[in-house]
Amino acid sequence: MHVVVCIKQVPNTTEVKINPETNTLIRDGVESIINPFDENALEAALVLKDKTGCKVTVLTMGPPQAEAALREALSRGVDDVVLLCDRAFAGSDTWATSYAIAQAIRNLEKADLILFGKQAIDGDTAQVGPGVAEMLDLPVITYVRKLEVEGDKVKVERVFEDGYERMEVPMPAVITVLKEMNVPRMASLKGRMRAKKAEIKMLTAAAINADPEKVGLKGSPTRVVKIFSPPAKMGGMKIEGGEPQEMADVLVSKLRERKII
Amino acid sequence: MAEMNYGLTETQLEIRDMVREFAQERVKPVRAELDEKEIFPRELLNELGRMDLMGLYIPSEYGGFGAESMMDFLIAIEELSRVCIGVSVSYAANALGADPIIIGGSDEQKKKYLTPLAKGEKLAAFALTEPNAGSDAGGIQTTAVLKGDKYILNGTKQWITNGGEADIYSVLAVTNKNKGARGVSCFVLEKGMPGFSFGKKENKLGIRASATRELIFENCEVPKENLLGREGMGFIIAMKTFDVSRPGIAAQGVGLAQGALDEACSYARERIQFGRPVIANQGLQWMLADMATKVESARALVYAVARTFDSGAKDISKLSAMCKLYATDVAMSVTTDAVQVLGGYGYMREYPVEKMMRDAKILQIYEGTNQIQREVIGLSLVKEYASVK
Repeated sequence: MHVVVCIKQVPNTTEVKINPETNTLIRDGVESIINPFDENALEAALVLKDKTGCKVTVLTMGPPQAEAALREALSRGVDDVVLLCDRAFAGSDTWATSYAIAQAIRNLEKADLILFGKQAIDGDTAQVGPGVAEMLDLPVITYVRKLEVEGDKVKVERVFEDGYERMEVPMPAVITVLKEMNVPRMASLKGRMRAKKAEIKMLTAAAINADPEKVGLKGSPTRVVKIFSPPAKMGGMKIEGGEPQEMADVLVSKLRERKII
Repeated sequence: MAEMNYGLTETQLEIRDMVREFAQERVKPVRAELDEKEIFPRELLNELGRMDLMGLYIPSEYGGFGAESMMDFLIAIEELSRVCIGVSVSYAANALGADPIIIGGSDEQKKKYLTPLAKGEKLAAFALTEPNAGSDAGGIQTTAVLKGDKYILNGTKQWITNGGEADIYSVLAVTNKNKGARGVSCFVLEKGMPGFSFGKKENKLGIRASATRELIFENCEVPKENLLGREGMGFIIAMKTFDVSRPGIAAQGVGLAQGALDEACSYARERIQFGRPVIANQGLQWMLADMATKVESARALVYAVARTFDSGAKDISKLSAMCKLYATDVAMSVTTDAVQVLGGYGYMREYPVEKMMRDAKILQIYEGTNQIQREVIGLSLVKEYASVK
C-alpha cells in the first residue's frame, strides 16, 4: 500500500500579525511550521506504516524553504518526500494548487490513500483536499477523526457539529483529517540525523507535465479583492443579580431597545 | 549576548534541541499532576524510547545510539531536569540499573539485558541500599547462597528508584560474610523471579512522579549465570557504577537549577511592586546574578568531567564526586532562592518553584550523600598527596 500525505508549510499563526495598511500578512521573522492539521494526517500515515508496513510519501508545494517541512516529515520516519517547486506555481489559488498536486500525484507511484489535514491555518479554505480528489476522480471523505484500513477499503468516522457518521470507502481515496485523530509523534534521534543529511527531491511544473495555462496566477480563477481583519467581537453583556423575573424584564427591554424583538 | 561555547558536537546539539522540545511539549503540561498524584511517567519513558533516547548510554553493538558518550546522556538528563527531575530520575535510573551490566557483564548478559533497555521496551533499577546500609554500603545484609545451579537470595532492599516499575534489577548481595566488602557480589534479577516481591511505594517530599519501593527477597531463586563478573566483585562494580552515574545526578542539578533560574527571572520581570518590575531592584538583581553564576559554573564543571571521561580517563571517582557535590548544592541553593524571588507566589503550588525546591533536596542525598562525596574527594587527596615526594 502507498499512502501519500500532502502537507503545507504555514506561518505559525500564534505569532502572525496583519499589516493594517496593506492588509497582508506580516511574514517577516515569523517561524514556519507544518500546518497543524497536516501533522495529524502525517501521524495517521505513520500509524498505518507501523501497523502494515505501507510506504509513506509526503508531498508539499511551496518555495524552496518549504523543504524544512519535508525534513521534519522525514525525521518522523516517512519513506520519501517530494517538493513541488517552480516559479510557475507562484500565485496559485486553491484550484491551480489542486491541479498541480493532482498532477504530481499522477507522476508518483500509484497512491492508494491520499491524506490531507482538514484545512490550512493560513488560508482556512479546506478546498485543496477535495479539489485534488475531484481532479483525480477519486472519492473524498472530509473531517475524519478515525481511520482504519481493511483490505482494500477504508473505514472512517466523519464528524459533524452534532454527531458523526461511520463510512466506508474503497481505495484509492482522499481523506482529510481532524486534530482529534491523534497526537503527532516527536522525531527520533536517528530520524533527525538522517533527515538533516537527506537530499530533497524537487519536481518542477515541467516534470509533472503541468499545463502552463492551469498553474500559477494565470491558471487561478479566484481574484482576491480585499483581505482584512474582521472587527473584534463586542464583549457582550451579562445580566446579574435580582430575581429571575426582574432579570428577564431587563433582558426583554434591552432586546426591544435594539429592535431585536 | 553570547552563550557559553562548550564545543558540543552536532549530535549533542540535536539531542539538546529535541529533549528541550520534548520537555516543553510533553513534560511541562503534566509535571504538576504527576507530582501531586504520584503518577509514574511510563508513557513519557515509552516515548523517549521511541525517540532513541533510552539507549544514549548503551554501546551500539547492544542496540544503543552508539555515540557511547557520557556527554550525550548528560545533556538529555539536564534538559529533562530543567522541567521535572521526577521524570528525569525515572529516565536516568535506567542507566544506573544497567551500568553494572555494562561494567561487569559478559557479552551474553549484555546482549540479553541491554538490548531491550536500549529500545525502551524494558526499564532497569539498581539495588544497593538497605535499612541498615545507606552511606555504609559495605554493611549490606542481603545474602546470596549458591545451591546447585542457582543462587538463593534473602533480604530486603530499600528506597529503590524504579522499584516495581523496572523489569531488570542489578542487586548487591553478600556471598561471603567473612570477606567484608570483598564478599559482596552483583546479580541481575528479573521481575517475576520466584521469591522476588515488592514492598509499599514510598510517599516522598519531592520527585514524586518517580517510583521508590522496597525489594523483598524470600528464598529468591536466581540462575547462576545471572552473577555479574565473579563472586566478590560486587562492591567494585558498584563503585565504578557510581563513578559514571554521579555526573548524571550532577546534570540533574544543573538542569533543575537552570529551570528555577528561568522561572525566577521571568517572574521578576513581570511582577510589579512600587510601580516597577521587581527585577529593577538591585537587591534582587544581585540574587539573580549569583544564581546565574552558580548555574553556569556548575554546568562547566559537569561538562568538563564528562569530557574527561569521554576522552578515556579511567579513575574519575574524585572528579565525579566533585561535580555531584557542587551541582547538587547549587541546585538546592538556587531553587531555594527562586522561591524567595517569587515570594508568596513561590510558596504556592500554582507556581512551579516550590516543587523545584522540594525536588532539589534529594539530589544532595541520593547516589551518595554530599557528605560521602566530600569523603571520596578527601580520600583521593590523601592518596594523591601521599605519592608526592
